[in-house]
Amino acid sequence: MLAACVWLAACSGGRDRVTEGDATGVLHFGNGTEPQGIDPHAVTGIPEWHILGTLFEGLVTLDPVTLDPVPGMADKWEVSEDGLTYRFHIREDAKWSDGRPLTAEDFHWSWWRALQPALGNEYSYMLFPLKNAEAYLTGKITDFDQVGVHVIDPHTLQVELNAPTPYFLQLMAHHSTFPVPRHVIEKFGVPTDKFTKWTRVGNFVGNGPFKLVGWKLNKFLRVERNPAYWDAAHVRLNAIVFYPTENSVTEERMFRSGQLHRTEEVPIDKIPGWRDNHPDQIRLNVYEGTYYYMINVKRPGLSDVRVRKALNMAIDRKTLTETVLKGVQVPAYAMTPPGTIGYEPPKLFDFDPEGARKLLAEAGYPDGKGMPPIELLYNTLESHRKIAVALQQMWKKNLNIDVAMVNQEWKVFLNTRQNKDFTLARQGWIGDYVDPNTFMDLWITDGGNNNTNWSNKEFDDLILRRIPAMKTRAERLAGFYKAETILMEEVPVIPIYTYVTKHLVRSSVKGMPPNLLDYYAFKDIYLEPEK
Amino acid sequence: MSRFIWMRLLQAIPVLLAVITFTFFLIRFAPGGPFDQEKAVIPEVKRALEAQYHLDQPLLVQYGTYLKDLAHGDLGPSFKYPGRSVNELIASGLPATMELGLYALLIAVVLGMAAGLMAALYPNTWRDYLPMSAAMTGICMPMLLLGPLLVLVFGIWLEWVPVSGWGDVPGDKILPSLTLGSAYAAYVARLTRGGVLEVMSQDYIRTARAKGLPERVVIFKHALRGGLIPVVAYLGPAFAGLLSGSFVVETVFQIPGLGRFFVQAAFNRDYTMILGTTTFLAALIIIFNLLSDVLAAWLNPRVRGALEGKA
Amino acid sequence: MSATVEDVARYERGTSLWQDAWVRLKRNRLAVIGGITLIVIGLLCVVGPWFIHYGYEQQDLVLGPAPPSAAHWLGTDPFGRDLLVRILYGGRVSLMVGFIATAVALLIGVTWGATAGYIGGRLDAVMMRIVDILYALPFMIFVVLLTVVFGRSMVLLFLAIGAVEWLTMARIIRGQVQALRQQEFVEAAISLGLSRAAIIARHVIPNALGPLIVYTTLTIPSVMLLEAFISFLGLGVQPPASSWGSLISDGVETMEEYPWLLIFPGIVLSVTLFALNFLGDGLRDALDVRSSRD
Repeated sequence: MLAACVWLAACSGGRDRVTEGDATGVLHFGNGTEPQGIDPHAVTGIPEWHILGTLFEGLVTLDPVTLDPVPGMADKWEVSEDGLTYRFHIREDAKWSDGRPLTAEDFHWSWWRALQPALGNEYSYMLFPLKNAEAYLTGKITDFDQVGVHVIDPHTLQVELNAPTPYFLQLMAHHSTFPVPRHVIEKFGVPTDKFTKWTRVGNFVGNGPFKLVGWKLNKFLRVERNPAYWDAAHVRLNAIVFYPTENSVTEERMFRSGQLHRTEEVPIDKIPGWRDNHPDQIRLNVYEGTYYYMINVKRPGLSDVRVRKALNMAIDRKTLTETVLKGVQVPAYAMTPPGTIGYEPPKLFDFDPEGARKLLAEAGYPDGKGMPPIELLYNTLESHRKIAVALQQMWKKNLNIDVAMVNQEWKVFLNTRQNKDFTLARQGWIGDYVDPNTFMDLWITDGGNNNTNWSNKEFDDLILRRIPAMKTRAERLAGFYKAETILMEEVPVIPIYTYVTKHLVRSSVKGMPPNLLDYYAFKDIYLEPEK
Repeated sequence: MSRFIWMRLLQAIPVLLAVITFTFFLIRFAPGGPFDQEKAVIPEVKRALEAQYHLDQPLLVQYGTYLKDLAHGDLGPSFKYPGRSVNELIASGLPATMELGLYALLIAVVLGMAAGLMAALYPNTWRDYLPMSAAMTGICMPMLLLGPLLVLVFGIWLEWVPVSGWGDVPGDKILPSLTLGSAYAAYVARLTRGGVLEVMSQDYIRTARAKGLPERVVIFKHALRGGLIPVVAYLGPAFAGLLSGSFVVETVFQIPGLGRFFVQAAFNRDYTMILGTTTFLAALIIIFNLLSDVLAAWLNPRVRGALEGKA
Repeated sequence: MSATVEDVARYERGTSLWQDAWVRLKRNRLAVIGGITLIVIGLLCVVGPWFIHYGYEQQDLVLGPAPPSAAHWLGTDPFGRDLLVRILYGGRVSLMVGFIATAVALLIGVTWGATAGYIGGRLDAVMMRIVDILYALPFMIFVVLLTVVFGRSMVLLFLAIGAVEWLTMARIIRGQVQALRQQEFVEAAISLGLSRAAIIARHVIPNALGPLIVYTTLTIPSVMLLEAFISFLGLGVQPPASSWGSLISDGVETMEEYPWLLIFPGIVLSVTLFALNFLGDGLRDALDVRSSRD
């Protein structure tokens, strides 16, 4: 048996997968969990988003450095004075991967499908800026003609909005607004049936820089360059292979043994090693996302804003991020990540155990005495546990409060949180687009994701009425600043840190610059064999 | 003999049915639904999703529909992967698990029987103590410890074998099979030793030797048979154990097999997948148990005679 | 060697099965070592933490993960928590799960098997059929489902594991009871007017005790392994509490950087399992009536 092992080991000498890929233009991409599917209207995860970015293209794409919208399926567009009407001109040479031309009608039909109530599209809300889109989905109107999207001619699409939405073009780069091939979908069944075989290899048709050539569940998904793509001349990669890499420890090993060009994650304990020995291969970049704890303000003790403030001020974020998180994440003192279209959030507090103790005493719980029970709810993941344990210790040490920890696995956790059955619950929010609105509109009264029971009229007014009416960016940012100040004075949420994406990337990979959304313009990526 | 087989098969059906029913109702009581997401789902969308999967119908109706589809061999659509049926998912995960199980079983039987036989033939010498201690180690050191240790030593420090995947890189099947097989090799070794020792002390062995048969024949034709019967009888439970063990091994080594699918499905509340996998595995175990019982009975001349007399 | 007066006296007095077994057990060195090891480990786990001045959840974020040193004999984990204390504490949990779950299994199994074996007939057939059905479920699936459905409380963990392990006990007891039922002393007892329950309690169970003890000792390691598996998969004990299984699972994650976090809990678990198995084997050999004293 030993002999067999040695022999086999000797046999595996030779080029590893990555070196092979560098020479042949094949990118090996560690992609996290196995994708649920590749129907743009039926998936919600990041692994799927990556794959969809190769197989489809929306009206616009994003510049991978600035995240500004650049022409995609639409080569030019006009916006009306009042910001309510957009006219997109679909490029003449737009084609599906089977050669069939792509027209404005395709977009119209695709958005019709995306808004069909029976389809169960969890990202349908991305189209809600469109006039009457929400009303159509919720069944208040049944005539799709009343929804703000119309075909003027085969190459002109007109879109009407409810309100001027400065980030609207960014939404047009999101996969939920991608066009889908009607001629293929209808061949395999009813448009609102998610279970048809139209996404199978061999049936699938897309309009992106790559096309689907292979998919083995839990093993890999392979795409190859699409010659029918309008910008095919610009695409340099020959193929991309996406690997399901759920376990980040194993993924890191795969990277080390030359099986992956890029990893989705890096286990925290391995980061110092990489940072010290191969800093050129590890990428740590600020991400448009915040990690925080929601407070259920109806729970005993927590309805008092002083208690919430005390909890907030008793957290030493610097030590937390430096030791537990190995200096990878950035401490957050507000909901919206700094740098979001130039936005700087207010910083209203800092680590102040003395001040926290005073507030707690004022609220009637000197030295933590008499404090009603507090439970920290989080979902089962090593990283969340680490933070929860650290918080528990900090509150014990600085405020003398005993905090119980409850962890549930993902689905149960989501349910519990949605039912507001918690005292403090962990959440991570990643922005769908780069604008403070995506972080602020979470907290409006009775918002679908506002599980804190917190409500503030002025905040609602700002977010729902005043800011949408503002014309200039400066005005809007000032408005958000005001709203965020209210939020951080009342502390229904305790921000912990701003996300940082962690990836290992081989130096042979070019054209993949980091950005706030961790967005990949796959048509730009190319491989240059390492020396 | 065939009557025996038919009887057992017939008895298996209500067993399977009970398993299905029990699992069906059990998972429906689990908290957390299949459609819960980080970003809250709009009520209309959630309703549409539930309708698509018939979750809006009363539980008994769902149960009835499930059984009806099952009779046609249709295990239903997966909740997690729209467009994929459970049949497909099982089919994609099965080869890896079967292969893993087969290799592990082979290692267990071959290694185990060889060790056990040697131990039995030289009782109370180092040839006995060494393999039996190794066997004890195999039993006591759980797979979840042995696996990572093997990975650490042979995969990372020595870099002799790859540490993950299945069929991607040559040699990546060695560690997982070894890990899974070793615990069962240990049991097989003990059983073989016990069985052979018992047989060796029997009269007919002495007779065979007295007749002048070469030792080799004595061992392989007679003694080994003694060791074979308890091992074969053990195969049934061993198979079930292998399946369970594959959950851990597949997770540690990132093997795309049925065990990993099942654990993921449990976490994802993929009802149909959980149910389908449970049913499938239960059916498999029942069949395997039947086969091993039949084989054991056939090998035992006394039992075989009785059975054939009956038929 | 000539017989002494005492030997003869003892021979004529006769020795009971239990005394026989005890003598045989004492002679089995491995079993004795196993037993002693168990007692030592058990004592350490129960009493040990009182003597160590670190709490099991006490963090030292500045120190972080450190290899064994004078201050921390077995090193620390990424939170700076002392590993020795956590192993001892974890031992309490793992051993507790082992004993309690086995006790649960024992209770269910004995009651079930004894009833089936004693009453016999239709009821027996049905009860044993149910045992067969449950045997068909691979244990892992069953436990995963139960823990997924009922959440992660310790109590439910014990119940889930116990619910899975009682099957073989039931079969053993039933076999014993059936055999004993036939015996004369039972008929005599019945004719004397003893109630069924009394018969079961006073005659049946003591006679079945032998194999029961053996199987119980062998079930405990099985149960502990199951608990370790569950913790490894991410179900099981909640932090900051630990069990040997969860410690090992944590250790695997960082085994390249901090191997001591995997090795020490691994050694402790293995040694305990060894001890239990040796003891169990020894008991089986000691109590085996077939191998007579000649």
